[in-house]
Amino acid sequence: MKHHINFSVNGDDYSLAVDPWRTLNELLREDLNLTGTKLGCGTGDCGACTVMVDGRTVSSCLTLAVSVNGKSVTTVEGLAPSGEELHPIQESFIKTGAIQCGFCTAGMEMSALHLLNNNPEPTEKEIRAGLSGNLCRCTGYNQIVEAISVAAEQIRDSEHEKEER
Amino acid sequence: MKRFNIVGTDVPRTDAEAKARGTAIYTDDMKLPGMLYGKILRSPLPHALIRNIDISRAASLPGVKCVITGEDTPKIKYGNWRLFPETQDEYPLAVEKVRFIGDEVAAVAAIDNDTAEEALELIKVEYEELPGVFDVDSSILPAAPVIHDYCPSNISVNRKIKYGDIEKGFAEADYVREDTFTMQSVSHAYLEPCSALAQVDLDGRITLWTSTQVPYIIQCLLASTLNMRENDIRVIKPFVGGGFGGKMELRAWEFCAAFIAKKTGRPVKFTLSREEEFLTGRRRHPMKIRSRVGFKKDGTLVAKDLRIQLDGGAYNAMGPTATFLCGNFGAMLYRYPNYRFHGEHIYTNKPPASAMRGFGAPQSLYATEIQMNLAAEELGIDPIDIRLKNAQVSGDKIPDVATISSCGFIESIKAVADMSGWKEKRKNLKPGQGIGIGCYSFISGGVFNWFNTQYPFSAAEVRAFSDGTVHLLTMASDIGQGSDTVLKQILAEELGLNMGDIRITSADTSMTPQADLGSWGSRVTLMAGNAVIDAAKKIKERLFGALSARFNLNVIHEIECKNGRVQAVTRPDYGLTFGEAVALVQKANRGEPLVARGSYTPRGKGLVTPAFGFGAQVAEVEVDRQTGLVEVKQMWTAHDCGTVINPRSVEGQLAGSIQMGLGYALSEQFVMDGGKTLNTSFVDYKMPTAADMPPSQVVHVDTYEPEGPMGAKEAGEGLASPTAPAISDAVYHATGYRCMDLPVTPEKILEGMKKD
Repeated sequence: MKHHINFSVNGDDYSLAVDPWRTLNELLREDLNLTGTKLGCGTGDCGACTVMVDGRTVSSCLTLAVSVNGKSVTTVEGLAPSGEELHPIQESFIKTGAIQCGFCTAGMEMSALHLLNNNPEPTEKEIRAGLSGNLCRCTGYNQIVEAISVAAEQIRDSEHEKEER
Repeated sequence: MKRFNIVGTDVPRTDAEAKARGTAIYTDDMKLPGMLYGKILRSPLPHALIRNIDISRAASLPGVKCVITGEDTPKIKYGNWRLFPETQDEYPLAVEKVRFIGDEVAAVAAIDNDTAEEALELIKVEYEELPGVFDVDSSILPAAPVIHDYCPSNISVNRKIKYGDIEKGFAEADYVREDTFTMQSVSHAYLEPCSALAQVDLDGRITLWTSTQVPYIIQCLLASTLNMRENDIRVIKPFVGGGFGGKMELRAWEFCAAFIAKKTGRPVKFTLSREEEFLTGRRRHPMKIRSRVGFKKDGTLVAKDLRIQLDGGAYNAMGPTATFLCGNFGAMLYRYPNYRFHGEHIYTNKPPASAMRGFGAPQSLYATEIQMNLAAEELGIDPIDIRLKNAQVSGDKIPDVATISSCGFIESIKAVADMSGWKEKRKNLKPGQGIGIGCYSFISGGVFNWFNTQYPFSAAEVRAFSDGTVHLLTMASDIGQGSDTVLKQILAEELGLNMGDIRITSADTSMTPQADLGSWGSRVTLMAGNAVIDAAKKIKERLFGALSARFNLNVIHEIECKNGRVQAVTRPDYGLTFGEAVALVQKANRGEPLVARGSYTPRGKGLVTPAFGFGAQVAEVEVDRQTGLVEVKQMWTAHDCGTVINPRSVEGQLAGSIQMGLGYALSEQFVMDGGKTLNTSFVDYKMPTAADMPPSQVVHVDTYEPEGPMGAKEAGEGLASPTAPAISDAVYHATGYRCMDLPVTPEKILEGMKKD
């Protein structure tokens, strides 16, 4: 029997009936056509499917769709504040060369967002630890680590500016 | 050195924004109206005859639209070496026999994934199990089970290289040593599991979107396997989530998607699970390498006799090329006046090994590099010095193996020794600390064109428009390495345009010029880059002629494309914008569009490659003497990739290579129980994470490759080789344990330390 769930994704409200075994990853990719979130392993090991649920990162491949009832989900498509502007994390990923094949990127960016929300001034070691649930086979991670530290700085600078104003 | 405007600068990847936003579409992201979902039934046995397949229950399950077995297909074998049809040994779905755990037996297409999966469980296959062989030694015994009837010896390819006089060479040697090395199998572990989506049009023609490195090869092989004409198949490569050599053959799911689409008239998509990827996927060849080398007392190499047995698994896949290449790589780096190689590609009942980043080099060069260090120690020579003494240099020629037109190897060795403080550290590190060296050479695309086509090696089409933009069409495949960006940079440089003025369409076989063998063997920058330059030069000729006529220029004037203009070099006022110049050409030709085709084929460069990259790497490690755990503290790399077209991309390639090499050295391996792969998840297959990566410092040695586009050559694939020998040598330096059988695990280190 299908379950009826109400939830929001990137600020948009949805109301759907889903099978009890449907994963959040299937819900996003198959039902809502939000394919920015990838599926790399299906067993919660690679981090490519990472999304935020109520401000915490989860592996969408291991999260059941029914469990997001009443919750708010953020995916890579919701990262940029508007259609035009990029989030500082996206900007720095582009600028530093942190993106090669791009398949881990959405998950990396969501993990980075979670990290910076909780620790605006991470050390390199903390960034590496924060990414330990996200695998990448192209970049060797160095430019991703650099991207996150550049983004952290940029976010701090822009918040500083806001305060001064 | 020649100065460039766009080449050599950190232009951001032109596909990066789409990837950062999550809007880049990969194959599995696509859905078509009426699309069916496909799944593959695989053999649970390593070697067996198929006695019967009963699909009736699966076929009658509601929602199932098609079930096929090998018997339904045209039963045409495929394989990349179509120049030698006997090496084409694989059916898309098994016919009569299965040869490894995971061999494809049947395929199902249903209205959704759950139904397709349920249907797989309803297919009943009766097998008659046969004895299997799981290592090369057992496989070549006279009484060993025969895996393919056409090949009773189980040795599918023999490759020999010989030059100089090997016996005379060894007779002249003061010091001879023979060593045996073995290497494990590792996974490409690209993040994107393979996926293919096929659609059939009203005329029965097929469009296939697939996660591949080689759209043109897929087009040809799919056509022959389906018994169709090549151009009735259109292959489109969407964004691809990494390949590393693992996505460069026609595979069962691509065939099944196309075949079922044709049968049902509905689009069909197959996407592999990670478990399927690990359990049955292609992998790097395990090898057994016996190497005999002879030196003079002063460390001068006089001879090398190399025997390599490749554990190919159940099918040839790209194994013949690996067999060919590992012998070539065995002759690289150092000057061996007398050399002999015998390579054998041997079948076993395991998942087929195939191409993987380095393509025979990581194994072959591991043996070369470790053996060099073993010899250096016995001869009382520093590892750096013995390398400098024997290093290949620009202008070296090896019959049938190499013509080296540019070589920064000596500079690389010297640079890496300086950066790492080698001389001091090699003498003075504390117990448990060590540094070690590994070097590499690699090809910039293969000349050994086993694929046998009538086409040039690469082609490019450039269309120029009067609004000042151009459209580049190329079959070169960006699989994440950044070739679209690099080719745009080369074209922008050549035509004096900005990156934003160029639109690129790559890797759609119905639109992009035939042909290009795709992304492998580090061929793209050099070969596709040269084709782009060739096309751009033809465009320029037309523009220059028109400008010359327009301003009545004396023929001695040099004309250039610069900053969006076409102008006389010494009189820029005799010039037009690029768009105006294009319009002028079109007017002069009564409206004909300004289009040019360029191509590249290496000629007179030998049978292997037009250009070689070189480099050296030093690793510093600390080994916990209680646990045997290795921590890599620092990597230093100096390499020669010719002109660096995009520094950030080259550095990204290097860091990615170190990640893969670190895994190859220390943690990655397929754990096998007979024919069964036991570690089939990222938890059990130990790939380095961000926290495992050592700091790294790099120097690009300044060289210019005359055969390359603007002096560029291979970058990134060769670098897959030096990391494992460098780390292994550093572990030896730290502990006295010399690893002859990769990977270097804590158990082996502790065991090895006990022996001392």
